[in-house]
Amino acid sequence: MHDTPLSFQQRFVLGTAGFVIFVGIWSLLSGTGIVPRQFLPSPMDVVSRFLTLLTSPFAGASLPQHLASSFQRYAYGVILAALIGVPLGLMMGWFRLLDDIVTPIFDALRFIAPIAWVPFAALWFGTGIGGPVMIIFAGAFPPCLINAYRGARFVEPRLIEAARMLGTGNIRMIVEILLPAATPSIVAGLRVSAGLGWQSLVGAELIVAAAGVGFMMVQAQGNVQTPTVMVGMLAIGLVGMLIDIVLRMGEGWLRQRRGLEA
Amino acid sequence: MNALSFEFPWRKIAIMLTRRSWIGLGTVAGVIGLWFLLTSVTGIISGARFPSPQEFWKSLMQINTRGYAGAGLMSHAVHSLKLVAMGFTVAILTGVPLGLYMGWNRKAEAMINPVFLIIRPIPPLAWIPLAILWLGLGDSAKILVIWFSAFVPSVINSFAGVRAIDRPIIEAAHMLGTPRWRLVREVIAPAASPMIFTGLRLSLQASWTTLVAAELVGALVGVGFVLNMAQQDIYPAMILVGMLTVGLLGWVTTMLLAKVERWALSWNMAARD
Repeated sequence: MHDTPLSFQQRFVLGTAGFVIFVGIWSLLSGTGIVPRQFLPSPMDVVSRFLTLLTSPFAGASLPQHLASSFQRYAYGVILAALIGVPLGLMMGWFRLLDDIVTPIFDALRFIAPIAWVPFAALWFGTGIGGPVMIIFAGAFPPCLINAYRGARFVEPRLIEAARMLGTGNIRMIVEILLPAATPSIVAGLRVSAGLGWQSLVGAELIVAAAGVGFMMVQAQGNVQTPTVMVGMLAIGLVGMLIDIVLRMGEGWLRQRRGLEA
Repeated sequence: MNALSFEFPWRKIAIMLTRRSWIGLGTVAGVIGLWFLLTSVTGIISGARFPSPQEFWKSLMQINTRGYAGAGLMSHAVHSLKLVAMGFTVAILTGVPLGLYMGWNRKAEAMINPVFLIIRPIPPLAWIPLAILWLGLGDSAKILVIWFSAFVPSVINSFAGVRAIDRPIIEAAHMLGTPRWRLVREVIAPAASPMIFTGLRLSLQASWTTLVAAELVGALVGVGFVLNMAQQDIYPAMILVGMLTVGLLGWVTTMLLAKVERWALSWNMAARD
């Protein structure tokens, strides 16, 4: 029945069953050779390949090294997006003129998928660090801007009126009234940004890069090394999940501190 | 409100409209002017980095008349549009029912969720190398990745849509002896439809991103392929043509989906504006 919640044991048993069925079908398909093993390695193959890649290099580096160089680019891109997007969003929320000028440009650019910036990014900043960072930036920037802007626009008018009556200037208004009031919205935007940035990173590395997990996957694809491709997918998924968990914890901590949640 | 004293604020709207649209127009004119100034007039930005308006126009004419990357702009665009439409449709037809079912049946949810939790964090773009390994550089690989990318948002939002339905609504339907199939068709699906459409919007966006990425990695035709060739030829004007085409296609399809949404949810006051 739809509205009777399951007990923990029931959930656990069913969940394990689902997982076992999934792995079972996968093993069966590759083990019996219905799908050639070269194209669908068994789960064990992928796990053992994962363990090998932890230490031995592929495409110039081991998996942790690839991840490290990916993560470096990722951090640059996301931090840059936050440093530009959040202040710009707050200022747009306060200065009407800026809002009217930036919004049409932003709306026009929004429909261009971040990944379509790849050719210009490569042309302008090269394929080393600059190009990928720009693509990550293109992916992570919009949520930073939008959430800071919305947060600033929906500040309780009484706060603004009170501050105004006390003669607060523009800069203090933005830093001391709008920023704190918009923080929950900004943090939520940062979490979305972090996810989109990580996605863009993968795309950037598939197309232009000489190191990183995405690069490793493209090399493996060229050599028809399916296990390595799958290890790359797994690693990307795991790191993406970790990033999300860390940010979620940060968000929860912040909400608790501001007394939004018991 | 007193009917006599009420006056629709036409004048106020007109003033606001003109203010906004004047600034908007000014911005567009300013951007185009700046573009001219920085490229053609002063040459501060060299043509090797960003094209001048004339170069852009010439490339646009070139791809439309003689073609570029093996075809005209129209056939590239139509090809990409077709792939997105196909992948998106397959994703909706599989994702929405699965999400509704998971929302309805807690046992199914408990069983499918762990598998979903493993697959979900893998970004759609990370499936591209695997899809190429399995299906090559042709259309089927692209449809497969679009399907993966558009599938997840469809499932999650349909699922959330069912779970958000007020229990009394379902209980009332039960009490009136509504048969199961009618319940799904006339209560569950409509009540979840605002959320379903939210999922579809996200799915559509994901579809375009994924398709462009897949075509950049490897393709023989399509807007992403135009971008790829232009990048290899170091042809900035054609890169711009490709990017604007991607944006235009994304915009047109989003507008179409919004129209469908407004039509489908016309019973829902909250969705009207």
